[in-house]
Order: sequence, then C-alpha cells, then structure tokens
Amino acid sequence: MKQPRFPAVLFGLTLVFLLGPFVVILLSSFSADSIMRFPPSGFSLEWYQKVFNIRMFRTTFWISLKTGLAATFTALALGVPVAYALVRYSFRGKTALEVFFSSPAIVPGLVIGFSLLRFFIFVTKVPIGMGLYFGHTAILFPYAVRVVSASLRNFDPAVEEAAVSLGSTRLHTFFAVVVPNVRSGLVAAFILAFITSFNNVPISLFLTGPGVATLPIQMLVYMEYYFDPTISALSSIIIVFTILIVQGAERALGITNYL
Amino acid sequence: MAFVELAGITAGYVRDNPVLKGFHLEVGKGELLSLLGPSGCGKTTTLRTIAGFIIAQAGTVMIGGKDVTTVPPNKRNIGLVFQNYALFPHLTVFENVAYGLKRRKVERPEIRRRVADVLEMVSLTGLERRLPAQLSGGQRQRVALARSIVIEPDLLLLDEPLSNLDAKLRDEMRAELSRLQHQLNITMIYVTHDQIEALSLSSKIVVMNGGDIEQIGTPEEIYENPATPFVARFMGFDNRLVGTVTASSDSGVVVRSGESEFNCCRTRGEGLQTGDEVYLFFRPRDAVFSLEATENTLPVTVNYTNYHGSTTLYAASSGDQSIAVVMPGKPTDLSSYTKVHIPADRLIVERRPNHE
Repeated sequence: MKQPRFPAVLFGLTLVFLLGPFVVILLSSFSADSIMRFPPSGFSLEWYQKVFNIRMFRTTFWISLKTGLAATFTALALGVPVAYALVRYSFRGKTALEVFFSSPAIVPGLVIGFSLLRFFIFVTKVPIGMGLYFGHTAILFPYAVRVVSASLRNFDPAVEEAAVSLGSTRLHTFFAVVVPNVRSGLVAAFILAFITSFNNVPISLFLTGPGVATLPIQMLVYMEYYFDPTISALSSIIIVFTILIVQGAERALGITNYL
Repeated sequence: MAFVELAGITAGYVRDNPVLKGFHLEVGKGELLSLLGPSGCGKTTTLRTIAGFIIAQAGTVMIGGKDVTTVPPNKRNIGLVFQNYALFPHLTVFENVAYGLKRRKVERPEIRRRVADVLEMVSLTGLERRLPAQLSGGQRQRVALARSIVIEPDLLLLDEPLSNLDAKLRDEMRAELSRLQHQLNITMIYVTHDQIEALSLSSKIVVMNGGDIEQIGTPEEIYENPATPFVARFMGFDNRLVGTVTASSDSGVVVRSGESEFNCCRTRGEGLQTGDEVYLFFRPRDAVFSLEATENTLPVTVNYTNYHGSTTLYAASSGDQSIAVVMPGKPTDLSSYTKVHIPADRLIVERRPNHE
C-alpha cells in the first residue's frame, strides 16, 4: 500500500518546529566562539565549565530547587484533599469552586506576580524568599488539583467502600487504599508542578530581589550583560535533565496518562 | 424477631427527592432475601442504607436487635460484595482477603489460617500471590466473596454480584453462592434485576418498583402468583389482553376480550364484579396453538417467528392486540392454526387502574 506523503511531511515539519530551537541551542553550547552564533565555528566545552564556575548560577540554582520543592510539596498537600473532595463529593457551589481553584493557571503570571508584590509582600512585609515560596505555591496548586483529580477519577469509589466495610476509617482508607493506587498521578503532579516552578519567570520576576533570585531570573540578568554561549550550555543541561526525569517517570509509572 | 429491620426509612441521594419514602423491610436470621427490580427502583439505595453508606433522613435501621441507624459503615460488621468486584488492585489475593482481619487486629498465624480456609472454600487455593489484574472475572468475584466472608460478618450484602460475568460463569457462581449460603448459614441480602438469579437463590424475594415494595414472597409465590401487574410483567407474564368481567363466582371470573371469553380461576384485586374493566396476563409459554380447544381460545394470525434454539417465539396478533407465544422446537408452519388456547389456571386477572 502506498503511504500517503502529506501527513509524514507535516509530522516532519512539526518536529523541526518543536525541536529545531533546542538543536540550535545544543549545538551553539559546544561552540568555540565567544559570542552566541550559529553555526559555530569550532568545538569546545569551555562554556559548560563556565556554567559551574559562576557563583550566582550555583546559588540561584539552589534557591530554585528549594523553592520548587517546598512549593510543590505545599501545593500537593493542599491540592490532594481539594481534588479528593471535588471528585468524590457533590455539593453546592462545586463548579464555582473548581473554577476558582484553577484561576491561578488562567490569570496571566505577570498579573499574579504584580498583585502578590503590591498587595501581599508590600502589605505583610514578609521576607523576599517567603514571598517567592507563597507565589509559587499559588501557581502550582491548580496543577496539583487537576492532575490528582484526573487519577482519582480513574479510581473506582467502590474499592474505597469495600475498605470501609471491612473496618477501615475513611482516613485510613485514603492512605492504605487510595494513595497506593493513585501513586502515578501523584508523581505526575509532583513532576509537572516542580518543572513549572523551576521554569517560571513572570511570577519570580516580581518576587525576587537583592540577593534572592531564581535560576531563570539569573539567566535573564546574565544575558543582559553577556552574550556568550554560557546560557546555551546551561539551557542544554536543564533541558536534558528535564527530559531524563520525565522519561524515567514515564517508564516507571506511565505518568503521561494524567498530564 | 427480624434480624434486620428497616422501619420508616426515608433515604436517597438528593435530600428533596428521596428514593425511599417511609420504607419498611424485615429480614429473618439465616435468610437469603433478594431485592428484585429494574434500575432506579430503590434496591441499591436500600442496600446502601443497610450498609451505612447512605444515612437515612428518617427511620431506623436495626441489625441483630441493635439500632445502627447512625453507626458508621466501618463499625457495622457487614460484608459487601460489589458488581465490579472492587478488589484492592495493589494487593495480592492473600492481602485482599486478609485486609478485614488485619483491621480487626487478628494475630498473624490466625489470619493465615482463616485466609487459607476461606480460599479453599471458594476454590482459590494456590492463587494467594496473584494480583487482581492477573485473575479472571470469576476468580475476582470469588476473591471478593472470600474477602467479605472471612471477617464472619453478621450480614452479607451482595450488589448484583454476577452481572459482570458471562452466562456460563454466572450459572457456576450462582450454584456456588447457594452452596456457601447453606454451608455458612449467613443472613444475606442480594440485589439483582435478574429474575432467574432471584428465583434460584432466594428464600424470600422482595419485588421493588419506584421505591416501594410491590410484593414479598417465596420464589414460588412470586413466580406463580404475582400480586400486581408490575410483578406479573417482571415475572414474564409478557402478554396482556384488555377485557371486561362478564360473570364472577367464588371459583373465578369470566372475562370477555374482543370476541373471546375466558374462564379464569386466578384472580387478584379481590371482589371483581361483573362489568369491571380488567387486564388478563399470561406467559408466552403458557399459550398453545390448538385445533381442538373450544374454550379459553383467542383467534390469532402469526406475523413472524423468532428462532431461539430450544424454543421458537411466534409473534401473533388478535384484532388490534398483539401477543407472543413460545413453543418448544424449531419454527413450524402454523398457518392452519387460527387460535391459541390459554388454560384457565395460567391466566391472571388484574383490575385495570382507572388512570390508564
């Protein structure tokens, strides 16, 4: 049978469109030139070395990591019970609540960032790191709710009732029966939330300040002063690690069902 | 005294529109009672109220002489078997069955012994380490059964436990349930919409419709003497003729339908009088094509036949009424037969409700 040509071409173009920029960045990160340009004129690992030598990248990486983990855990701790309530129970105002809980994912990040700065940080005078943590928790929360909801919806409530009829309390049932069975949904929510936090610029832009920046903000700042391939090298490292984590989780748990 | 007693139960999913309104039910100890009815009749609501998953808005639930109306479901010591098995997907067969015993803080060696016993009872010995996903549908339902009886519940509730199984397995499991019921002498309440299941398993059947009880009786009573048109329909009295009572006596009534007159000895709706508007019900397999019969006959023309293997269904019409007749064997040409005979003791007469 003759394969139709058009869909294959379209697929190829889509791949080029999606992956092209990444290939350019990856190739330019091995450049021997001192400014970012494509195609590079020679090969070197100099910029990878430089990434690790710049102290601000190291400190902001740790801030990003800590903020991301703390905000992700908090968002899950708040989001899992909310998701459970929304999936398992019906009550007045449920739809309104669902819309409200997803609003941080709909409202533009710049608006959230500015509002948090103006009406939260300025008013309560919390330390800048705390503000960053609260802001990130707020935007990760809808992802936690949505992804965990999806996996809860796939879990038969009769199984919970079976556990209750056998003597478990609702709470014990949740930890002994529900959690082990929505594990992949929880991991998916965790990874998605963490990556969202780690990559976030618009919120972090408003909630960082002297001495406290996240890695993406530090990269922006760096690019304003230098235009060497260090940023390419750093970007390549982040992209490769992201791909490895998502691939690993997908292999182990099939998380893409819930994203 | 009844072992399970529902008194004046009002319950449902929406507060303003409960499924059950002032519902009463009594189940004796050791009885296997079936709640039989179409979907939406309130049978599952009744079961869930007994299990404690629905809290009644009004009325009391008594089990073994104790008022459990407000007792949470995890404290009722009731075994539950679901239509879709509801096994714990992450636990092995052994762990699934042991779950309730662990919650009851039973000692490990005793758990092992009791799980082994009950797995032997449902013929699953050797599959202890399998996960539910590695079992067939029939095996899963056996695990579910084992899991619910190993805790020695006061009461076993089964919610359409066989309807996810294919026909052959269903027969097997039905026999097995019956055997277990006799072996354990446990009180069971069985929800089903399948009349065969209800008839073959139950010591008592409750036919439900629209949140109310239509009839309570032994399988034989329900099958032979349906108390209402609804039960008659549900029990396979698929043919309905419209008629008028032309004579009545202690032994029965005579009903005229179209050009035919029927002697009926099984009446219902006591005190039918001459002139009353009635329905006549009979089963497709109780009518026979006949050349000789002179009374209780209905003139018919066969429109088409439908071959079912061991039987054949003849769709026929008599005037503007259509009826079905089921005869054993393959389709035969019945064009010379112009009437069917319905024996007097196979006819049920019901007063025609005024609003119809």
